[in-house]
Amino acid sequence: MQTTVRKWSLLLGAAAVLAVSQVAWAQLTKYDLESRMGTESHIGNITGHAKDAKADYRRYCVVCHGELGDGNGESFPWVDPKPRDFQLGVFKCRSTPTGTLPVDQDLFDTIARGLDRSNMPQWSTFTKQERADLVAWVKHFSPRWVSEKPGTPIQIPPEPEITAERIKAGRDVFAKVQCWKCHGVQGMANGPSAATLTDDLGRPIAPFNFTEGARPKCGSTDQDLFRIFMTGLDGTPMPSFADNIKPEEAWDLVFYLRTLEPQKSKEKAIAKQLALKPVDPNAPAGQQ
Amino acid sequence: MRVSRRSHLRNISNFAMPLFSVALVLVSVVLTCSQPANALPAFARKYGLRCSACHESWPMLNYFGQKFKDNGYQLMNDRDAPIWQNPGYWPVTFRIIPLWHRVSTGKVLVDTYSSGNPSPTGSAVQRLTKSGFDLSGLDFHTGGTLEKNFSFYVLPSSDATASFHFETVMARLDNLFGSGWFNIKLGKFELDNLLSEKRILTLTGNGGIYQLYHFIPQGDGNIFGQMGDNQLGVELMGHSYSDRTRYSAALLSSNNGTVQLPYGNAYTGFFAASQAFDTGKAGVQRVGFYAMVGQAPTTFLTSGGPTGPIPGSGIGNKSFSREGFVGQFYFGQHVDLQVVTQHGQDSAWFGQGYGDFIDTGATTTCNGGQPCNNTTGTVLPAGSQGPTWNGILFEPHYVYSPQLIFIGRYETIRMSRQANGPDSASPSASNFGNISTYTIGYRYNPFMTSRAGFAWHNEYNWLHQDGTGPTLGLTSANVNTSELLLGFDFDF
Repeated sequence: MQTTVRKWSLLLGAAAVLAVSQVAWAQLTKYDLESRMGTESHIGNITGHAKDAKADYRRYCVVCHGELGDGNGESFPWVDPKPRDFQLGVFKCRSTPTGTLPVDQDLFDTIARGLDRSNMPQWSTFTKQERADLVAWVKHFSPRWVSEKPGTPIQIPPEPEITAERIKAGRDVFAKVQCWKCHGVQGMANGPSAATLTDDLGRPIAPFNFTEGARPKCGSTDQDLFRIFMTGLDGTPMPSFADNIKPEEAWDLVFYLRTLEPQKSKEKAIAKQLALKPVDPNAPAGQQ
Repeated sequence: MRVSRRSHLRNISNFAMPLFSVALVLVSVVLTCSQPANALPAFARKYGLRCSACHESWPMLNYFGQKFKDNGYQLMNDRDAPIWQNPGYWPVTFRIIPLWHRVSTGKVLVDTYSSGNPSPTGSAVQRLTKSGFDLSGLDFHTGGTLEKNFSFYVLPSSDATASFHFETVMARLDNLFGSGWFNIKLGKFELDNLLSEKRILTLTGNGGIYQLYHFIPQGDGNIFGQMGDNQLGVELMGHSYSDRTRYSAALLSSNNGTVQLPYGNAYTGFFAASQAFDTGKAGVQRVGFYAMVGQAPTTFLTSGGPTGPIPGSGIGNKSFSREGFVGQFYFGQHVDLQVVTQHGQDSAWFGQGYGDFIDTGATTTCNGGQPCNNTTGTVLPAGSQGPTWNGILFEPHYVYSPQLIFIGRYETIRMSRQANGPDSASPSASNFGNISTYTIGYRYNPFMTSRAGFAWHNEYNWLHQDGTGPTLGLTSANVNTSELLLGFDFDF
């Protein structure tokens, strides 16, 4: 009997502590947000101020990202993928190494570009000042911006000339770093791991399908693809390959991926001339 | 016992009075503070965006909403295709407004009666005021994409007696050749007016339209130049990626949007172009121009007599034009000013009442009591001239938040040349038909979601027109009309 009472006491005590800590956390969050209202962003010679973005955020963004920037807006149940939780300070589209904060320009570009295959439209109608203010507003949600500096943007070497050799080498890279496991041997997002992928919050997530002609979330230029390989998409299963492949190999991979897309391109024409076949997952290393 | 009952009543009173007071305050708050907020919930539901994303205040578009419209009701991502909609989703929105309004018109000609005499014995001029609860018409909006880059919009609309017509029916091919510069629309649609009357924030009879968009000089028969009415035709429209630069050119049937070709084989062109500028914290400013240039018939075949026109037989086209500048100026996040100017010109034939013979053939006369039909040998009265006028409207807004907007408007139209010139037998006064009007109001949306829209609307309009009232002595009276409106504007 005494043991039962003690157990219940402990349980209730734990529950009380948990409840109090939750309240304290909620209060802390609101307090923190107020205290970070002076957050700034710097885009070229434009300085963005968080406090000036409040009205725009409420008008355009709050429906998905929520009042507290936690991604829990009223549309949360209905949209897929789920809205970004700004409080985590984790962003897919960066020019900085994986695990680091993006620079302000990355967020600035994302707002205008939007995120294809999501409910985030292209907010290109803002003035640059309004966008800079919104970048500061996004930053003020996360304590990471207080304690950490953004990463240093990776260097993108000049794009080499497209050649048949490079495209074939790109196919080898595709096999070597096992892109096919998620994206499929033909880039159709049907690799053996595709159905099991989840993001960092445990939500199902689909790999990019190169054959649909869709725009990659973080930009569709060759430089954008290069950047994605080297920085990864934080918060998703797409890792950074900065430690695994050399810059010239990354360019090879860019050229090879272009052959998987439905759009006409020089790479696709060369691949047709070569009668290039998809990677063979069972082929010995280096023998694609 | 009596004391006890009193005490009981006092207790009830003590309890009820505060409750009543609270209820009264709540009702007052709702009645005085609520206003409209969202736009086409069908779109909001599709994309999961609040109405405020596209509307400065529903239904007026903001820049993002204008871009969405210019892209053919697309956000230009993969969510545009209907495949992203739940198969059970039917993109229909209805809108109607239960309201109370009071309309007061000065100087109305009324009959007078003497005691015991059932027949009028004379006439007098007096103010006529009416008030009461009422309804607006009912709109059923449906629009969106049939497929990526294939858009549509259909709007069956009724008047307050549920008599329906097609206000908008159009299909649009978007981004032809992969470019936002080429989009083609066919059907009945709103002209590319940057300050859209179909998205006007005011609801009263005179304040619920832009007078500038519908102005017809007194006695003029040209109903075809009303750029506020949806028109039948085809439109080529284009815009830059960010919608900063945009243009449109439309070829329209000169029938004021009336179906079944009732008038004749005449066409009108409508052209518009604008450029927006990034001005930092002030926002995006836009300036542009428009021109409506067309012809419309003045001669009709008749059947069964000179006042029985045959629909569709119109010839004898005469010209008209409307042109002006548009400005949309923003002063930060809360204040903006919309400006439209207009110079209008009609053929002298229209000025004498020719043109709308189909609708008014049996009731209106021209040229000394003749039917308004420009048949062979018809000549204009001496001193006739093409009427011209100039107008301007200012519409400032104070957007306290997406849920509360205060609206003001001032419009003035001044005749610069009367149809009956100085050399005519009965020249018109230089100010005959001039209009001045102002409107003030506010709209409050008590909630703002991505599912529906509801607004408490309160508005007052005053309109003054020179010389259009009953004739008093040798001069016609000026007419002042005022209207007060309160209502619930909602859509779902």
